[in-house]
Amino acid sequence: MYTIPFEHGLLLASALFALGLVGVTTRRNIVFVLMSLEIMLNATGLVFVVGSSRWGHADGQVMFLMILTLAAAEVAVGLALIIQLYRRFKTVDIDVLSQLKG
Amino acid sequence: MSFLFYAGGVVALISTLLVILQTNVVHALIYLVLSLLAVAVVFFSLGAPFVALLEAIVYAGAIMVLFLFVVMMLNLGQTTREQEKAWLPTKVWFVPVVLATILLIGLLSSFPVNSIEVAEVGVMEVSGLLFGPYVLAVELASFLLLAGLISAYHLAKSR
Repeated sequence: MYTIPFEHGLLLASALFALGLVGVTTRRNIVFVLMSLEIMLNATGLVFVVGSSRWGHADGQVMFLMILTLAAAEVAVGLALIIQLYRRFKTVDIDVLSQLKG
Repeated sequence: MSFLFYAGGVVALISTLLVILQTNVVHALIYLVLSLLAVAVVFFSLGAPFVALLEAIVYAGAIMVLFLFVVMMLNLGQTTREQEKAWLPTKVWFVPVVLATILLIGLLSSFPVNSIEVAEVGVMEVSGLLFGPYVLAVELASFLLLAGLISAYHLAKSR
């Protein structure tokens, strides 16, 4: 039996989330943006697992499994969109997508 | 064992930082795999071995391999790397990083500390919940995966 400060778990998760957010906002390569989204989802899952560990319930881990499923579906659709984008515009620059606005 | 938590956390933070600073997509992906494995170690140290294994198998294994396949299909070469370097000069990120560090120091100095008594929550409890009260959510998750599969097939189809 050992103890870990609850806040340190939350702090790690929020730091990872912040790094993901920085990635989403600063990168212009769409592959990097999708990767940063993965980092953010993973950080959210970490919060659930920390909470599950804090209160000794398994519910948080079940929620993490749901997030895992969501991430898998999101990546599949996102990568398909990247392939389409690359096929049409021959670039991975997301600024090209501003042509889509009406 | 709490050493495991801090070691995993530090590795996760450093490798995630390296992910968003890379210019080569494949290198960034490898750092992302490292980051996910480190988070899996953190899960293990928090007494969640089932979730740790799933993180390693599904996230670091399956999802990242999917990424790798697409990156290889796109075949982004030297020009993209130079483009990336031009898009992220030092003067763009330096000031926000300094300001965010000030906020982080403020946050760190004002934390109360509650400790977690880590007890293992194993596969039995999780699967008991998955097939008990959360069975509808599991079905919905399978629907979501099916929808993802169909839309990915439809979107990536060349016409």
